[in-house]
Amino acid sequence: MAIWIEEDAKVLVQGITGKQGMFHADKMVEYGTNIVGGCTPGKGGQTVDLQGMDFPVWHSMTEAITATDADATVIYVPPPFAAEAIMEAADAFDSIKGEGVIVCITEGIPTLDMVKAVAYVNNRPGVRLIGPNCPGIITPGDTGGAKIGIMPGHIHAKGRIGIVSKSGTLTYEAVAQTMSIDEGQSTCIGIGGDPVNGTGFIECLAAFQKDPHTEAIIMIGEIGGNAEQEAAAWAATNVTKPIVGFVAGATAPPGKRMGHAGAIISGGKGTAEEKFEAFRAAGIACAMDPSELGKVLLESLKSAGLR
Amino acid sequence: MNIHEYQGKMLLRAAGVTVLEGVHCTTVEQALSAYDKLGSKVVAVKSQIHAGGRGKGTVMNPATRDVVMEGGVKIAFSREEVNTYSSNILGNLLVTIQTGDEGKIVKNLYIEAGCDIAHEYYLALLVDRDNKSVLIMASTEGGMDIEEVAEHTPELIHKVIVDANSGLLGFQKRDLGMALGLSGAALKSFGKMLSSMYTMFCNEDCAMVEINPLVRTGADEIVALDAKVSFDENAEFRHKNWDDLRDLSEEEDTEIRAKETGLSYVKLDGNIGCLVNGAGLAMATMDVIKLYGGEPANFLDVGGGADEEQVKTAFSIILEDPNVKGILVNIFGGIMRCDIIARGVIAATEALSLQVPLVVRLAGTNVDEGKAILAASTLNIHAADDLAEGAQKIVALIGGEQ
Repeated sequence: MAIWIEEDAKVLVQGITGKQGMFHADKMVEYGTNIVGGCTPGKGGQTVDLQGMDFPVWHSMTEAITATDADATVIYVPPPFAAEAIMEAADAFDSIKGEGVIVCITEGIPTLDMVKAVAYVNNRPGVRLIGPNCPGIITPGDTGGAKIGIMPGHIHAKGRIGIVSKSGTLTYEAVAQTMSIDEGQSTCIGIGGDPVNGTGFIECLAAFQKDPHTEAIIMIGEIGGNAEQEAAAWAATNVTKPIVGFVAGATAPPGKRMGHAGAIISGGKGTAEEKFEAFRAAGIACAMDPSELGKVLLESLKSAGLR
Repeated sequence: MNIHEYQGKMLLRAAGVTVLEGVHCTTVEQALSAYDKLGSKVVAVKSQIHAGGRGKGTVMNPATRDVVMEGGVKIAFSREEVNTYSSNILGNLLVTIQTGDEGKIVKNLYIEAGCDIAHEYYLALLVDRDNKSVLIMASTEGGMDIEEVAEHTPELIHKVIVDANSGLLGFQKRDLGMALGLSGAALKSFGKMLSSMYTMFCNEDCAMVEINPLVRTGADEIVALDAKVSFDENAEFRHKNWDDLRDLSEEEDTEIRAKETGLSYVKLDGNIGCLVNGAGLAMATMDVIKLYGGEPANFLDVGGGADEEQVKTAFSIILEDPNVKGILVNIFGGIMRCDIIARGVIAATEALSLQVPLVVRLAGTNVDEGKAILAASTLNIHAADDLAEGAQKIVALIGGEQ
């Protein structure tokens, strides 16, 4: 049990014939993800070899979803074409099934393209977008599971901690921290580091709160914007499960983009200090060092009577 | 990516926004002939640097830091004054509230005709993260620091959110103009200006367009008196003209070179160099160094799939900073394998004959192989199992050398 993506979810890969797409599709199959094929316009009818098995390629997402009844798609399309790939998937999921999950890994999509794509997705209420510029979403299973993205599968294990984060490697760090106290994960979601993205913190917290198999949550933010502050305020009244938080960028100088397009303190707003304060005000247990997430989580679990 | 005011105005003019006549100059002679050409009794002599607060800045001699003149934007009432101001500004240092103490050398001037100002407004277009849309912000309090206005009199800032599906609508332009107290010809001129500016914002992939002040003239025309334009770097692939607009002297040389090799680097003031994979983890690494009493010298994200060559480049960029007294490498291998990183680290330290202490923390894919490679090397590399240990080790190591 998990949020949005079940262990056996049927997954398509957009850009499956590209270098990145093929490499990661292979890793996903290796992990046990139920990949059902892929989509590359102009290469329909071909097959790709993943882990010694042949997987079909379609010209369009409409063809691919009609043929496979896929639940989700993951996008490895280069930045100039990625927003269009999101919209193609959204249209196909909406018109064929009325629902679907789109995970966009691509980094470097123009912001105004994302403004358009997010508006397009939001007009199709059954469709969910995760990302872009994110590691993806993973629901570890008893054996294998659904790994939809670029995260290293082997560091995960099925469990009861939900993780939501803006960062990639920092999410892996959080996963390793749960494992260090013998806890596994229900679902881990990277929402991405871009200023304009799909699913946000609040939707993830709401889903974790509702999910009977998630018993505690780790939330990792970074400087820029005020999504963390809003999520903390929302969680204060809506989330009863323990939340442990960390925010990256306390030492980042103002006005400088720190790798991620969205990670920038502008006009003195969006600092780590501001976000940590909002976390504490909402009763979120904060780790000042990601290597202490495990310790803080263990304390939270204990005081909630979960350990 | 930021551009100069004169370049921003070129784009605005091309888009149909009214701006004053002006000439871009790099010498005093050009400034004087610009004055002659403009034929305006009053002109503005404006320093062109990528930072705000120019008007209230201080012009200094770059060698002695003696004050040459107060103000980096001057109104000249004669040819002589153009001569004086241009000579004072060009080649000197302009220190403003946004440049920091080091200031910026002014190499470009903009000589602009004067105009009859009835009122000054503030206008900005930007991508709003909360609404995931283009946001237009305007205020009657032009010429002021907008953050001050937002803090003390937020009711004087009026906002319009553009629906990506429908674009900027007529009523939105009217509402915003009326909120600024405009009517008649001025309201019409404002609406036309806003359409042009919104179109330019989208077509040019802007991150922000800020006009402070936007003015209403005595003849009820709306004119952009200033222009701060920045672009969304993600859209660079579809804007060939950005190469011409980019002023590399305004950017950190090492940051440019890092970007060319696929690395993301930001220089900081501390003495512990960091080499990390992933932006979030790179920030967290800096934070933890500080938490344990050290000061990070840089942000450096080698990305998800760095190879041996990139690791080497990363090391050489970190070591260009003379303040660096030690280096912390923090890699959580996902796609990136720890054994490859370990080999890269060894190759780089050998090639660059590294003198400063080095702490390496590896985790994730092939971590045991990575650690074994480092342990087998004869180089003086300190291993750490987690980030906290790594930070504590490097802080202790450089402390011991002081």
